[in-house]
Amino acid sequence: MVTPIAPASMYRTREGLGLWEHKGKVAAVGVGHSKTARRWDGTAENCIGAWAIEAMRKAIEDAGISPSEVDGIVLDTTTTTGAHWPAGRPIPTEVVNAYKPTDDPLDGIAKLSAEWLINNMPELTNVKFTMVGPGCMSNVIVVASQAIGDGLANTCLLVKAWHNLDGRYYQGGANAEPTISGYAKWSNWAGPASFGTATQFQRYLHKYNKSHDMMAPFMINSRENGLKFPEGYWYQHRPEHLTYEDYVNARWVAKPANLYDNDIPIMAAASYLFTTADRAKDMKQKPVYILGHATNATPKIRSGQPTLEECEDACATTGRQLYEAAGIKASDLSFENMYDGFSLFHVFHLEGLRFANIQPGEALDYFQSEDISIHGPNPISPSGGNVGSGRTRYWKHTDCIQQIQGRAGERQISKPAEIGVSGGPMPTGGNFTVWGANPD
Amino acid sequence: MPKQSPVPEDVDRGFFEAANQDRLVIQNCTACNRLQHPPQPACGACGSADHLEWKEMSGKGTIYSYAVVYDSPVASLQADQPYNCAIIALDEDPGIKMLSHLPGTPVDEVPMDAPVRAIFEVTQATGQKVVEWQVVN
Ligand SMILES: [Zn+2]
Repeated sequence: MVTPIAPASMYRTREGLGLWEHKGKVAAVGVGHSKTARRWDGTAENCIGAWAIEAMRKAIEDAGISPSEVDGIVLDTTTTTGAHWPAGRPIPTEVVNAYKPTDDPLDGIAKLSAEWLINNMPELTNVKFTMVGPGCMSNVIVVASQAIGDGLANTCLLVKAWHNLDGRYYQGGANAEPTISGYAKWSNWAGPASFGTATQFQRYLHKYNKSHDMMAPFMINSRENGLKFPEGYWYQHRPEHLTYEDYVNARWVAKPANLYDNDIPIMAAASYLFTTADRAKDMKQKPVYILGHATNATPKIRSGQPTLEECEDACATTGRQLYEAAGIKASDLSFENMYDGFSLFHVFHLEGLRFANIQPGEALDYFQSEDISIHGPNPISPSGGNVGSGRTRYWKHTDCIQQIQGRAGERQISKPAEIGVSGGPMPTGGNFTVWGANPD
Repeated sequence: MPKQSPVPEDVDRGFFEAANQDRLVIQNCTACNRLQHPPQPACGACGSADHLEWKEMSGKGTIYSYAVVYDSPVASLQADQPYNCAIIALDEDPGIKMLSHLPGTPVDEVPMDAPVRAIFEVTQATGQKVVEWQVVN
């Protein structure tokens, strides 16, 4: 079995498509998380494949079903954005041989295929459908929702895992050479990954006459929410509150993006169990219905990296697509969990969604004057996101499921959690989902 | 700043040959009358590869935005941290953007929307010239 990448037809990439044809017919039920770590310790039991298996088994158990009921796996086979296995570094054979391998010895160590998972989860006896949603759990969720709605699978495990190695992201390789080839020759003058977002935010500050320190209430709130997320990195390893002084005095990476605006790379894996709304009724947890999804796959980026205006346009378009797909209005959202890695573009998402009626240029003022916490009228990023729990790009989705199921624990929002929204990774390119407590 | 030397390839050779002659050219689709940058094998609007030319620019632009880079993974730039990295919008078409280290502009004293002009800077490794931008006083 070779797992195909999801075809373009599975994504809803423009406005005017109307209600999602499977609105309320697909549900998330089970959630499973591995432990977290800053980096891989090199052992077989802590390789990223092992952690993915741990998360998947927990998701099955959480849903209260037999593993033999799982007939689909949707995953992202990439397990990093920057911690690539260094060329020439020996692959530890004792780790490879601790599992039933595939043809690729890095499978389960620095990448993850459905074939590797099936090889090493003998209890999955009935998987007939596998598909790759590249890049993010955000993509995996859209693909799995569409696949179940389309009848390609009935009960799916969704998987996203992140390994992290020693050393720093993006150092070495082409970045250490005296010459530069390919498309990178147009971007390498900048340097860090957050440069693009930093320039968009700089333009935002100029356009709306705001300042970077106005992000502080959002950052503090996100860390607080992360410290209420037992599955997360900061909760488990560094239970430290973030103060205003911590944030505004942090070292710059690409000013106006500082250390905390750049999420911390970690190792972790998560899995969700999705099924049809009919089947979900009899499972152990309350179903969370998928009301609609949207993809911003063909952004109109004119030149090199996106501009602020292109980000603002893309986020507003995403918002309209989501509301159209789910048949809801901005005011129907109980909370929002849009992506935050890098933290600065969370403001573009809030304004694009018109969440809490926040208009373009108003998000930073909103952070100063309104209660954005889990106890307020419009909880912003109750998951805490990557800011609050480390770089996985999936805390926001887990939180949407747990909030609506009423089992977000200390993070549970005070108001009823009826409809939430999540997605990412970039304002100008990502996959987004609306989740509901009710199917209609 | 000691930038990496870009290695010209078929898609962008015209740009770098012009830079070595102290000229700024941008790819233009004659069918659409549309500039595009960075260079591509085909026009991003009509998809045609048959109507692309190199069009000479005035070398005038403005600063659209910038960041001050403190932590670059690019080895050759690290000695000069922190450094400005600005996004220049070309006068002929502000939709066309280019990066610049703004030689001569003090770190973090970047004037937004200020006019800039193109200059041509030799890179160390190969001597290939690149387009840079300076604030017009
Ligand atoms: Zn054209």
